[in-house]
Amino acid sequence: MRNAVGREIPDEILRLTGKEPFQGNCYKEGVEYRKQGPIVKPVMDRNTSKLVSSIREALIKCGAHDGMTLGFHHHFREGDLVVNMVMKEVHDMGFKNVTICASSLGKAHDPLLEYIEDGTITGIESSGVRGKIGEAISHGKLKGLAIMRSHGGRVRAIHTGETVIDISFIGASTCDDYGNCKGIGGKSDCGVLSYSFVDGQHANKVVAVTDCLVPFPNFPADIAMTRVDYVCVVDAIGIPEKIATGAAKPTTDTRKLMMADYCTQVVINTPYFKDGFSYQTGVGGASIASAASLAKIMEERGIKMGFAVGGMSKGMVDMLDKGLVGKLLDTQDFDLFAVNSVKRPNHHRISAGAYANPFNKGAFVNKLDYVVLAALEVDVHFNCNVVVGSNGVITGAQGGHPDAAQGAKCTIVICPLLQGRIPAICTDVTTVTTPGESIDVVVTDYGVAVNPARPELLEALQKADCVPLKTIEELRDIAYSIVGTPKPVQFGERIVGIIESRDGTIMDVVREVK
Amino acid sequence: MKIERNAMAGTLESSDCMVTVEPGCGQVELDLESAVMNQFGEQIQNVILETLKRLEVEDVRIRVVDKGALDCTVKARVECAVYRSIGQKDHLPWGGAIR
Repeated sequence: MRNAVGREIPDEILRLTGKEPFQGNCYKEGVEYRKQGPIVKPVMDRNTSKLVSSIREALIKCGAHDGMTLGFHHHFREGDLVVNMVMKEVHDMGFKNVTICASSLGKAHDPLLEYIEDGTITGIESSGVRGKIGEAISHGKLKGLAIMRSHGGRVRAIHTGETVIDISFIGASTCDDYGNCKGIGGKSDCGVLSYSFVDGQHANKVVAVTDCLVPFPNFPADIAMTRVDYVCVVDAIGIPEKIATGAAKPTTDTRKLMMADYCTQVVINTPYFKDGFSYQTGVGGASIASAASLAKIMEERGIKMGFAVGGMSKGMVDMLDKGLVGKLLDTQDFDLFAVNSVKRPNHHRISAGAYANPFNKGAFVNKLDYVVLAALEVDVHFNCNVVVGSNGVITGAQGGHPDAAQGAKCTIVICPLLQGRIPAICTDVTTVTTPGESIDVVVTDYGVAVNPARPELLEALQKADCVPLKTIEELRDIAYSIVGTPKPVQFGERIVGIIESRDGTIMDVVREVK
Repeated sequence: MKIERNAMAGTLESSDCMVTVEPGCGQVELDLESAVMNQFGEQIQNVILETLKRLEVEDVRIRVVDKGALDCTVKARVECAVYRSIGQKDHLPWGGAIR
């Protein structure tokens, strides 16, 4: 069956997953559901200790079994040690058919390849994967289907009970002996624990894993003791320099600076740029440069941002310092400046659910005026691909891309026209991960295209005469005139993964590469 | 043009390609490796073969390792490797066989 972004979703996949094809962004608006609750094992006896001596003991006490689903967060990013530590124990204990439900997986998790190959891990649910796990999935080594879902989508899947997490291992920068967890402090300081809030609320068993046990009570806690079954102290949960990098050097790449300038011009010349506006941006070179030039214009014109939401880095922290933004609503810290800023007033830690869950009673993304995003590919229907490389191999993550893109009034995607010889603006993206209806403006080094569904934005930019406006087809034609028309990637028949839309319908499927 | 000795042109940098030529065994033998093989392999192969034809090279073993070079780059690297292989540095036929 063809879905709303024109992708053919085979009936066998719809039958196998019990899912519907994607039918538009607001298909599930107002559709009621009952939230799934966790199984709770009460602790009433004051003599009950939550401390366990090892991951193995935690697994035994939590009733680990074949076919279980384990939850993890990715706040330690490329410095994460928790996933590998737990999965090694799971493997050594001989469990099979385990599903990993992580907020994201990266190159730090390359060692899991062995466990995928030997059938320990047969299911992966994540916002995306990189490195060897991506290659393994794309080459058909994972027995089950990989499910790629956005940060908001993960919370939705857990709330609805579509995914039931048997045991969640929450890496906590600091924790007390009764399970009060914080993302702040210790030697593996990550600032926030946003992605694991939902694990705390909905996983049947919750294990806090920490390398910094602090006196009771570790307050105010991100994940409260009332939700934690066991506490396991280990030597290290993260590699500090890989958790939060130093601030990214401002880019000197003229191409990126030009795109940053176009992006800033788009923001300041569209109707939502007024005092109190809201904004989300990423940590790509052009995004950072654009945030910096935007800050300058805000200062000149006396315009302040009401709030900024999402992943935080130095640029946003600087804005808070200068009083240019009212509140930072933080779900992830990319550098040490953000980690250190978390303790300040007006820098708030929010859950991934509050940030982006489409199935709560309104998430922060719905209140966004602008979001600046990147993409691997954008096609002439404005569909974006942020997960599958142009060679067909899974190599990226949705993160909050589809969430923020749908929520924001003006969604800007910055994307160089060419990535090497690969045209980033193309006729059809390899895989649709964010639907074109969510994308309003595409900024490239060869010009700016506005989605025809947003004539008022186009008119505003035409009037301002601030950027070279092109149609998306013109941009594609320029790209193809330089590099030639690419042949579509040849995929095998087997479907190895699905791209889930925010509401749980199927946006696209990912096939095995030949 | 007859390939006289082994010669090389280009680099393995992104958006470049490295071309190696050596005397052949009576025909054009092409070994192509590309970062964008799926999407552009055929197109790159055509550019290489057309360039050799234009240079009238009919007996060569040519190896191209491509890192996403544009056609103009591929062409230039092939031409450079061929002229290096005959030791010609001056009086290159700009606008003639070299385009």
